[in-house]
Amino acid sequence: MVKINGEDRDVAGMTVTEYLASTDYNPKRVAVERNGEIVFKAQYDETTLEDGDTVEVVSFVGGG
Amino acid sequence: MLTQEEWMGALNARHGKERQEKFSRAVVAVCGLGGLGSNVAIALARAGIGKLILIDFDRVDVTNLNRQQYKASQLGMNKTEALAQNLREINPFIRLETHAVRISEENAQELLQEADVVCEAFDVPEAKAMLVNFVLENMPEKYLVAGSGMAGFGSPNTIQTRRITGRFYLCGDTVSDVNDGIGLVCARVMVCAAHEAHTILRLLANEIE
Repeated sequence: MVKINGEDRDVAGMTVTEYLASTDYNPKRVAVERNGEIVFKAQYDETTLEDGDTVEVVSFVGGG
Repeated sequence: MLTQEEWMGALNARHGKERQEKFSRAVVAVCGLGGLGSNVAIALARAGIGKLILIDFDRVDVTNLNRQQYKASQLGMNKTEALAQNLREINPFIRLETHAVRISEENAQELLQEADVVCEAFDVPEAKAMLVNFVLENMPEKYLVAGSGMAGFGSPNTIQTRRITGRFYLCGDTVSDVNDGIGLVCARVMVCAAHEAHTILRLLANEIE
């Protein structure tokens, strides 16, 4: 299980790109943190989510 | 005529001398001078922040006046220039650096280099994400305070500040999207701007984890 924004998800083994594609998140509007570290945008394709990871997806909305 | 001594005396009396010295030494970059950024900049100027780097490519438009800290007399001016004028009327001693440009991955490093804190105050979500990712990836030593979710007439109490990771803090309700057809209302935007500004002050004073 991977804890994403506080909820357990059965997504271990997926890359960040694959996970985002399986959700409603727009990859151009997010910042992704994994185990307390920013995941570089250029590494979304190669970063595989592992069992026990804690992930935070910050998805920005419009207005300011 | 207000002297710098009188101004500093008034700030020291309210904030405490030690804290005020940290504010006076600080450099904050405000990225985007709309409803968030213009209000953040005013709060920081009043707090006696030493220097602000003001960045926005846009000009003052009539649709800004409902929530942004500009005046009808400033329509058509560069926001950088108009805000600098307003800030100097409030605090004649603040140091200001203005850049009427669009921030990109190409120029961000240079624009933000001197800042202790980067304040993300854009309106377009892709731009917000670009800046946040850029700073987290390339300038991890900076404090970063961003805003997301402040549109509409919802309760102001849902707007919060959360530490996401390391030196990155996010203010807002995270969901109220102006693109859902709900407008931006001055008071609620100001609540979010106040969260950003106050978080910046607490970070500069080392009063936050």
